[in-house]
Amino acid sequence: MYQTDMYEGMLAETVMHPGANGDLINGYMARPLGAGPFPAMVLVHHMPGWDEWYREATRKFAHHSYVTLSPNLYFRAGHGTPEDVAAKVRADRGVADDQVVGDLAGAMHYLRALPYVNGKVGIFGTCSGGRHAYLAACRAPGFDALIDCWGGRIVMSQEELTPKAPVAPIEYTKDLSCPILGLFGAEDRSPTPEQVAQHEEELKKHGKNYDFHMYPNAGHGFFYYDRSAYRQEQAVDGWKKIFVFLEKYLSTPA
Amino acid sequence: MCTTIIEQASIEGSGKGKDGWFSVRQAHVSYDHPFHAPLEHALNIDFVNEGQGLGARVAVELSVESAQKLVATIQAVLAQAEAGGWLAAEK
Repeated sequence: MYQTDMYEGMLAETVMHPGANGDLINGYMARPLGAGPFPAMVLVHHMPGWDEWYREATRKFAHHSYVTLSPNLYFRAGHGTPEDVAAKVRADRGVADDQVVGDLAGAMHYLRALPYVNGKVGIFGTCSGGRHAYLAACRAPGFDALIDCWGGRIVMSQEELTPKAPVAPIEYTKDLSCPILGLFGAEDRSPTPEQVAQHEEELKKHGKNYDFHMYPNAGHGFFYYDRSAYRQEQAVDGWKKIFVFLEKYLSTPA
Repeated sequence: MCTTIIEQASIEGSGKGKDGWFSVRQAHVSYDHPFHAPLEHALNIDFVNEGQGLGARVAVELSVESAQKLVATIQAVLAQAEAGGWLAAEK
């Protein structure tokens, strides 16, 4: 934990890193200064895009001593303001699950190869990013911890499946290879508490290491301080749980 | 995307964006998370011209009730215009 007489420094910048199909995509990376070794995190942005909240979150994880990379999953849609790019992706009905898993696996391998990383890499995502983080942790071997914050559409009906999302993420649960922390709001409509319970049951069935928390008086996106969905008490507790969870699973070098 | 509910239409007209007026060629109508409106989901309309880059966009984000009022209002105005013979004259 930070003490007031400690030196603290951080480097935050845009980098290019490998993604799906060998493509290079850009990412926002923040890391604590020093030789390390530090654990690492991949941050998976939400539907509104690779936006300011995700840049701030990237620096927040770095402040807590994680080398953190947030890939731009909308890189191939073109460039403009984060909202204009996200609106284009929304019109295209999102990005393909296979491509996202490839981009996130690329980010994981990029981080693990850095000389100041301790070999452990976790993944965090909110909203569609929670769903994508879950898919990556199931389908791309190598993640050491997963945080799913209110990821919707992990449970999907047959009618919801699309060419870009052909398989419901819950179907991959048997392949999840790391512990998962899940944070949800009881008033959320995607995922609903019933869908979260179904997801939890599936994790239990396959003997996975999971820790789910359902916050009362909170809906979708209760960490977002710039939205009416923000819930101060629940958000503070959620962040605390995240850093306790990560300390437990990522602090010991691989 | 959290709902992936979206429909698209080819349209003709003009919109006023951040750089002034431009020709709009497509309307993207979705029910999903808005960027700005204080709602979990909204009826979002993007009037865009894909040939002029991602910034050629006029966006509105409406509550469901507002969207329904807007649809009814547009229909009412078009009905009045048709009743007055304006639409036939301009086709």
